[in-house]
Amino acid sequence: MGKYIVKRIFLMFLTLFIIMTMCFILIKMLPLPAIREMGRDVNLILAKREQMGYNKPLLVQYFLFLKSVVLYWDWGVGEQMYEALNVWDVLLQKLPYTVTVNLYSILLAIPLGLGFGIYSALKKNKWQDHIVSTLVVVFISVPSYVYAFIVQYLFCYKLGWFPLTVESLDNVSFFSLGMARSMMPAVLSLSFGVIAGLTRYTRAELSEVLTSDFMLLARTKGLTKAQATYHHALRNAMVVILPMIIGEFIGIMGGSLIIEKIFSIPGVGNLYLNSIGVRDYNFFMALTVFYTFIGLASGIIIDISYGFIDPRIRMGSRK
Amino acid sequence: MNNEMKIPSFPKEKFGFANKNERIHDVKFETKPIGYFKDAWLRFRKNKSAVVATVLIIFLLLFALIVPFVSNYTVSFRDGYYKTVLPKNATLAPLGIWNGAKVQRETQAGYDYYRSIGVETGRPAVLEVKSQSVDANGIRYYSLVVDSYIKVGYTYVNLTEDEFRRLQDYQDSTGIQVIYPLQKTYRTNYVMGNMGANFWYLLQDDGATTNGLAVLDENGNFIPNYLTTANKQQADYTSLRLQGDNGGEDGNTWFVYGQRNQSGYKARVDYYEYFKYKNNFEPVFLFGTNIYGQDIFTCLAAGARLSFLLAISVSLINFFIGGLYGAIEGYYGGAIDITMERISDVLASVPFIVVATLFQMHLADKVGVLVSLLFAFVLTGWVSMAARVRMQFYRFKRQEYILSARTLGANDRRLIFKHIYPNAIGTIITAAVLTIPGVIFTESILSYLNIVHFETSSLTSIGTMLANGQGYLSTFPHIILFPAMFISILMISFNLFGNGLRDAFNPSLRGADE
Repeated sequence: MGKYIVKRIFLMFLTLFIIMTMCFILIKMLPLPAIREMGRDVNLILAKREQMGYNKPLLVQYFLFLKSVVLYWDWGVGEQMYEALNVWDVLLQKLPYTVTVNLYSILLAIPLGLGFGIYSALKKNKWQDHIVSTLVVVFISVPSYVYAFIVQYLFCYKLGWFPLTVESLDNVSFFSLGMARSMMPAVLSLSFGVIAGLTRYTRAELSEVLTSDFMLLARTKGLTKAQATYHHALRNAMVVILPMIIGEFIGIMGGSLIIEKIFSIPGVGNLYLNSIGVRDYNFFMALTVFYTFIGLASGIIIDISYGFIDPRIRMGSRK
Repeated sequence: MNNEMKIPSFPKEKFGFANKNERIHDVKFETKPIGYFKDAWLRFRKNKSAVVATVLIIFLLLFALIVPFVSNYTVSFRDGYYKTVLPKNATLAPLGIWNGAKVQRETQAGYDYYRSIGVETGRPAVLEVKSQSVDANGIRYYSLVVDSYIKVGYTYVNLTEDEFRRLQDYQDSTGIQVIYPLQKTYRTNYVMGNMGANFWYLLQDDGATTNGLAVLDENGNFIPNYLTTANKQQADYTSLRLQGDNGGEDGNTWFVYGQRNQSGYKARVDYYEYFKYKNNFEPVFLFGTNIYGQDIFTCLAAGARLSFLLAISVSLINFFIGGLYGAIEGYYGGAIDITMERISDVLASVPFIVVATLFQMHLADKVGVLVSLLFAFVLTGWVSMAARVRMQFYRFKRQEYILSARTLGANDRRLIFKHIYPNAIGTIITAAVLTIPGVIFTESILSYLNIVHFETSSLTSIGTMLANGQGYLSTFPHIILFPAMFISILMISFNLFGNGLRDAFNPSLRGADE
């Protein structure tokens, strides 16, 4: 197990390194945008560029970049936006918004998704199951931005329940009712898809477990249906469902670009889009690595969590 | 030995050849053979939701293909006056549904303004007064059903001498009044009413920021406020005249229908009729127009056509690249497999949005937006296809029939394409079909986020249309409604279709929702 984890993590960093290198080269091949005249910051940015060796050969630049990242965790400074501010600091400042919105949506989605999934698995092939399954197909297919439009139109404009955009931190504190309320539209739009996905997954897993032999045995030895379902079926189904939930939790760092854009949430996604818009390559580079890392890490954690949740699954063994 | 039969001896002559005079062979099958695809089709046909989804997909595909050719409008068509008009269907409009009208709450001034538009032309902008109410401050409010097409009213147009002549000829030949008299209060500094072109009646206040409140006569009618002249043929106008324009009481005061300026004539036209004169068809926008005055119906079809084109190309290219790559990986295995798997792992780990952005930055200026988007989709898109094919190859390559074919001397190519592929083809086709909705969805997101710029005069995409409408969601939801509905129906249909296809090709997987 330990060996397997070490190997996976090593491979992850190798992949990350390759992707980082490719991105760096591709970005450096683009023409470097001039710095907008913004007073004293210009000199700071120019000094930073000099330090990073912007007029030296590509390989030297990459070496300097790696050195500053690995040794000082310095991803450069903002050149076109957040002038002369440290890229990583800005990213950390934006992260809480993205994480909070997605955390709320997952906390809303998990109980609902599991509930609907268990319900429709228990009622398999009855009309309740058909209704849930039909709704799941609809909700899983419709893109999340369509929900966002519906939620925005219905709840923000017509009914006026929620404000249009997320409250700024100047007005309310982060974990307050006002902030939660202003995040609700985004949370709702994000949740529908997750609920549907989780419902489908839970239903499929649980209905498979429910028909297996050990369930028959459990009933034969005298357990009620509820006991058997709770103690045997659910626990076994969770072996597959839990890693998915864990994966969702890692994924909340990445967030959803389009939802952040629609509800103008000042999160990481918006930062990324802005950096593309104004061609700020330092931000672009850092965020690319950030997104890639999250993708890779969630893959590893999902795989490893299988082994922790169910010791019968031996990691790294050849199939 | 006791039960041994006693065989009597037969004379030689009794023996003869059976079927001596007829050919013996298998009777040809009366029924048609059921092959793999026929078998799949038989199963697919039983899946009702998949069949409905197929019909829907074909319908949407035909919509995207045909509409741009038969529509009156094009994507580059923009009308400066019919911006954000509401959806209207000529057949259903008389029934009061889908008629391009919506309920507006207006004060007395607004009511006057909209009511006045129909008086001259006989085509009322206010279809119905739903209710009136007086609020606490004593202000009267009207709830009106206003036709968004008619409420544009009149506009000033600058015509050359020739155009003015032709417009008059058109009026003479059709008997339709297009040009209406200019008014006394004619000023260009009006903020409201198409630079004042709609104020043909006497106003209580004719300042630049007038509210359009009318001076009414004792019967509650508008008092016309036309510019008059003693010269009947002023500005060379010899065509139709308004009713009541008969020279006035002294027989010598005629309304003025045009005013000479540097380039020709300035005239006031009824925009509805003028549109018909210019374009030779009625202004009817089935799905309404957006903020640029583009026809949403046509744009949607054009955008969908673009999406389908992109998605189908991506799907085909991925099918070939992924199929070949996966086949080599899966068939040869070992070191080749591990190396190739590493490469595709790296490619699959790059977030797609990064790939798309980089391709746009590097290639959009050189090879065009669409081609660079296609490259981006192809660069990482084939990986999942390759993984599927690889799985299928691992499943089949150790089976006995492959061994026997190899023993009979079949080479690698023959084994791959003749013996393994046909077995895996169902899974591969399903995967290829299911890349189509994914590509359409991703493309709409990229163009919505403005990472891909489709904003040229003749190209549009569903994402661009959604982005254009987002700021107007509260006031004009129809701009977003139709593209959003289109993509939702498309996604649902493709999901059901894909499920049906998978069940049909792989009956053993039926019901496993994955």
